[in-house]
Amino acid sequence: MKPLSRRRFLAGAAGIGVAAGASAAGATLLGGCSSPRGHPAGPTPGRSPAAATPSESRPGVLVLLALYGGNDGLNTLIPYADPAYLGARPSLGYQPGQVIRLDAELALHPALTQLKGLWDAKQLAIVRGVGYPDPNYSHFRSMDIWQSGVPDRDEPTGWLGRYLDRTGGKDPLWALSLGPTMPPLLQGASVAGSALPSGNLTIASAIEAPYTALMTPAAGAPALQQRVAASGADLLTVVHAVREVLSAQTAPAGGTNLEGGPPSSTARTAAAATGLDAQLDVVARLIVGGLPTRVYVVSFGGFDTHGTEKDTHANLLAELDSAVGAFAKAVAGHPVVLMTFSEFGRRVAENASGGTDHGSAAPLFVVGSGVKGGYYGDEPGLTDLDDGNLRFTTDFRSVYATVAEGVLGVDQGAVLEGGSFPTLGFV
Amino acid sequence: MAADRATVAHLLRRAGFAPTSAEVDAAAAAGYGATVDLLLDFSEPDRADAAPAPAFTPYSPLAERGLTVAQRQAAQRQRNSEFAALQRWWLARMATTSHPLREKLTLYWHGHFATSFDKVRIPALMYGQNQLFRALGAGGFEPLTQAVAKDPAMMIWLDTGTDKAAHPNENFARELMELFTLGIGNYTEDDVREAARAFTGWVVDPRSLTWAERPAQHDFGSKAVLGQTGDWDGTDVVRILVSSAASQRFLAARVWSHFAYPVGTTDPIVTDLLPATVNMTALLRAVFQHPAFVSPTARGGLVKQPVEWLLSLVRILGVPGDSPRLLPILGALGQTPFRPPNVGGWPQNDYWLTTASSMARLQAAAFAVRSADLSPVADAAPSARVDAAAHLLGVSWSDGTARALAGVAADPRQLVTLALIAPESVLA
Repeated sequence: MKPLSRRRFLAGAAGIGVAAGASAAGATLLGGCSSPRGHPAGPTPGRSPAAATPSESRPGVLVLLALYGGNDGLNTLIPYADPAYLGARPSLGYQPGQVIRLDAELALHPALTQLKGLWDAKQLAIVRGVGYPDPNYSHFRSMDIWQSGVPDRDEPTGWLGRYLDRTGGKDPLWALSLGPTMPPLLQGASVAGSALPSGNLTIASAIEAPYTALMTPAAGAPALQQRVAASGADLLTVVHAVREVLSAQTAPAGGTNLEGGPPSSTARTAAAATGLDAQLDVVARLIVGGLPTRVYVVSFGGFDTHGTEKDTHANLLAELDSAVGAFAKAVAGHPVVLMTFSEFGRRVAENASGGTDHGSAAPLFVVGSGVKGGYYGDEPGLTDLDDGNLRFTTDFRSVYATVAEGVLGVDQGAVLEGGSFPTLGFV
Repeated sequence: MAADRATVAHLLRRAGFAPTSAEVDAAAAAGYGATVDLLLDFSEPDRADAAPAPAFTPYSPLAERGLTVAQRQAAQRQRNSEFAALQRWWLARMATTSHPLREKLTLYWHGHFATSFDKVRIPALMYGQNQLFRALGAGGFEPLTQAVAKDPAMMIWLDTGTDKAAHPNENFARELMELFTLGIGNYTEDDVREAARAFTGWVVDPRSLTWAERPAQHDFGSKAVLGQTGDWDGTDVVRILVSSAASQRFLAARVWSHFAYPVGTTDPIVTDLLPATVNMTALLRAVFQHPAFVSPTARGGLVKQPVEWLLSLVRILGVPGDSPRLLPILGALGQTPFRPPNVGGWPQNDYWLTTASSMARLQAAAFAVRSADLSPVADAAPSARVDAAAHLLGVSWSDGTARALAGVAADPRQLVTLALIAPESVLA
């Protein structure tokens, strides 16, 4: 039995909570799953988030951006000068004149204009050829591997869940996920991250005391029942802290919601809040407002482009580019690092449906004002393939080790097993 | 033989949706075995058939090509509105059906063969798939899987219709093995590639929007799938997969996990169920009659899916089944009908337990009590209201929950709001 470790990607952000006409008072959220703690984690009333953990005592804030479905790395960072590229992708490939060139060999997808600006400002690191040995082509298994950080066996805890076990204690604010699901990467052995509701965060004050009594896990009750209570209790902690930070910034009349408007705008903003731009906007405001959260996870789905990929993928990358560009501006000067990842890249050759099947190694992006821009890892060759797939050049655990030590300030042994992985130096 | 109320309430919750206290009383009087028989007897017409079936504007991708952009957008808006009506129709059907197990099974198959409107975009095809689950869901696993493989919604969802012999698309072949019939570890990458070749030439006819064969696009070469070699087509592959021993274990484990509590394929209970995997009616009977189905592990072993929890507001508290609030609540809780998060369907248990879903349940419960009939609780003396709420919802409170609820017994609205989100009410 595996508690929290599976399957949540293809439809991604589009799959939830955007039904038209949402007019219930805040019956909307970014959704998903969170904080099934194995033990009580009571709220911490009266704590001031901004004062509790001053930012200067924090090594940094990590924002993970999960691209669900398997992003086509080869049409993201494009080896436009290699004839094998257009040879494998006669209809799906981009011509040299269409791409945003980074140098004489590689270019960004035409939609990635903001990322090009960050590249020029040396605030974008591109880690190339990231993968793991013996690649798995199942969305579910490969995403499990990326989330657990353990490629060779089934591991129920996530790599950042183990970070929470080590450092986060019972604080449900330590790691927050937005988007339709809580990714298993935030599942620790004894604690987990929380899922931040979207929309109206108002809880009637008269109900808070009896609600707290109700959500006190009962000794001897079935384990699942205790977990219902624990996640219910975490809700008050999260809502109080988030509301305090956001209301200090926006002070809207009549209550607070994540979009900064009064609750009456819930119906309009609910749909928007599931978009990547809205998710990253909320994260930026919470970071700037001083919430003590150290890890945020946002999700963006739809990358499983088996058919008619070209327009779909261009639209996805345009949305990614615009959201990440705005986020980078919003958190400029704060010790924040945003990193993308996806369960795999895609097959080098296009299929007959104008799409690509599941592949292996792919590049990932690391963005932040403290990031040392440039390339890390070698570009995989297009001719020396493994059954039609790229051979990875950079072990994903090296990326995690770099982030653990350079952003979170913990030794890589806190999140990884199996020895020491060379760090990459992008932070 | 009469059965105890808690045990039949457990059966009715798992085999259907949010039983009312009158339904629990009737089942307790009839007895456990008779209730199982009744749940599995689909011979009578469903009273939910009285509601008009959803209607759809005829649609053809070919005809669409001649339209202007504005006309195409208007057509898509029309389809979106028909889709919302389809969602409401199924929710109302689940609330009013006289065959709750058949609707529960339809919901199960929707999660098993998870297909989303987000990609299919044609509501009539989602309805067709839903009817397929309803018609074939209680029969054999092979006929159902064969029908799903040729179901146009599934073919669009997993790109089957775009296969060509020269470049087969692996999407359907992979998920068929991994998620629908075998489970990971019971097939190889070569099996996926060979099976994908077998499905080449299957298309969705753009005029009729039904399955069709294009022999010119089919790969007639020899293929090896699970060690069996031949010039297989898609039907052969489904037969080979579904008749394997791994598939029977996979199915038994999945069904037990969704109706009782999560188990792996090597669990001894799965072995107990294997002889019953000949068809779903036999398998469900074996599940409900297994001693472990009424064990404490089973009774505390599942969190309600949001649809189940929502239907308690409708069936027990009388929130109107056509309220426009219902779908947004389901969206907030993470389970929108016809829009599963991905091809893996909805996970279980911890997936539904989040700070975000706690908020959504609280707000939905507060909404529900405003339009609900609270008289079964409000008419009781304040000191009896906590017990009245337990009876109404078909649960029994732990001491801690009873104490917390007693604190608000003076206010029936607040009492029922909290009773609906109490841990006991969130478990299935």
